[in-house]
Amino acid sequence: QKLVAKPNSAYVVVDKPTAYKDATSYNNFYEFGTDKADPAKYAGTLKPSPWTVSIEGEINKPQVLDLDGLRKLAPLEERIYRLRCVEGWSMVIPWIGYSLSALIRKVEPNGNAKYIEFTSLADKRQMPGLGSPVLDWPYVEGLRLDEAMHPLALLGLGMYGEVLPNQNGAPVRVVVPWKYGFKSAKSIVKIRFTRDQPKTAWNQAAAAEYGFYSNVNPQVDHPRWSQASERRIGEDSFFTRKRKTLMFNGYAEVASLYTGMDLQKFF
Amino acid sequence: MFHPAPRQLQVIKAAVFVAALLPLARLVWFGFADRLSANPIEFITRSTGDWTLYFLCLTLAVTPLRRLLQWPWLIKLRRMLGLFCFFYAVLHFTTFLWFDHFFDIGEMWRDVLKRPFIAVGFTAFVLLIPLAATSTNAMVRRLGGKRWQWLHRLIYVIAPLGILHFWWMKAGKHDFAEPILFGVIVAILLGARLYWRFLRNKTPPLRAAPR
Repeated sequence: QKLVAKPNSAYVVVDKPTAYKDATSYNNFYEFGTDKADPAKYAGTLKPSPWTVSIEGEINKPQVLDLDGLRKLAPLEERIYRLRCVEGWSMVIPWIGYSLSALIRKVEPNGNAKYIEFTSLADKRQMPGLGSPVLDWPYVEGLRLDEAMHPLALLGLGMYGEVLPNQNGAPVRVVVPWKYGFKSAKSIVKIRFTRDQPKTAWNQAAAAEYGFYSNVNPQVDHPRWSQASERRIGEDSFFTRKRKTLMFNGYAEVASLYTGMDLQKFF
Repeated sequence: MFHPAPRQLQVIKAAVFVAALLPLARLVWFGFADRLSANPIEFITRSTGDWTLYFLCLTLAVTPLRRLLQWPWLIKLRRMLGLFCFFYAVLHFTTFLWFDHFFDIGEMWRDVLKRPFIAVGFTAFVLLIPLAATSTNAMVRRLGGKRWQWLHRLIYVIAPLGILHFWWMKAGKHDFAEPILFGVIVAILLGARLYWRFLRNKTPPLRAAPR
């Protein structure tokens, strides 16, 4: 299903976009299995329509939005972002959506709202991977409110000129390109504004390995591998060295969000 | 009870040899057919690692199977299985050295020293080298059967290290199903040896049978 969007020239990277086939057949979406080929294989059971997202918590206008409401909330843009997985591989993906800030403004956070929490669908009938105990379901991710308000943070509804394929988090997800991929929650059913830092899935599962912030940072290694370099899927071959990972995945404009913070500690 | 004639044994050995090369043939074929997934290097690393563990288990299974099936001739396959374990370990290590570090030995060393999961895998690989190097009949004779056997008991250390390496690798994904399966298999194969040793020690040594 096509999704019409205007390219936003402010968000174009010089890198070549990853092949559609690679971006839709190799990714992590544990609700469908832990192998990176599993989402493409098993996400056919996901029903992305009808769909609603409940928006609640520390806001003046709690509401439930359906897909139509989400699509009409702000003009759809195409933005090409780099995506860096915490496992050391990367892609370049043309997303469709709009700044998450548009949605946040609409629901009017109150003074208590400091964080935003995203909850993904957890329905055993639609998601065969939920039977395995690898994570505490449902999948929960979160951002500090000022991070979520940054224009780069995207509410994603499509990619490659189409609605999101099931395996990539249909029908609605977030895309936070300066953080490792797992921070960008997929198939979101609930957005909650909170005072306290959300208990996010990977941080709960292994706090020493996955921090709440999880900004892409070549200087902070994962305990079991280096984050200094990455392999671009579909481009870096047997005969090329891995490419250097860039601070904040190359999105230096977000650095001001973290002034004064020790990023070794708040990794 | 099946006991192959020398000719039959030759055929069995040849068949096992060809079969043991199939995983490599599959990688080559997938490479040409563009079927190594979106991340071919990861695919090759995983596949060669998996096959190292499969051959490790097969090698360790020879002794228990000989006893359970009463197939003493199986011992004739053990050296080849062990060498294939080493062969896939070499491929696995080469993938790591080539694709992860582009033959930068200094960088590779830092990785080995810094990361326990790589250090453990590396240790297991290094320990396999003397076993592969002393696998020929000439080396068995040079070392003497007793000493050779002691050296080759290193496999009892290598096997748990290999499982630990795999376990730590999977720990990041919180996905322990496969490491547990391998762990149980290796535990059974090693446990069987301990159990039989225990039985042997319990029963008094046999006196020479009267003629």
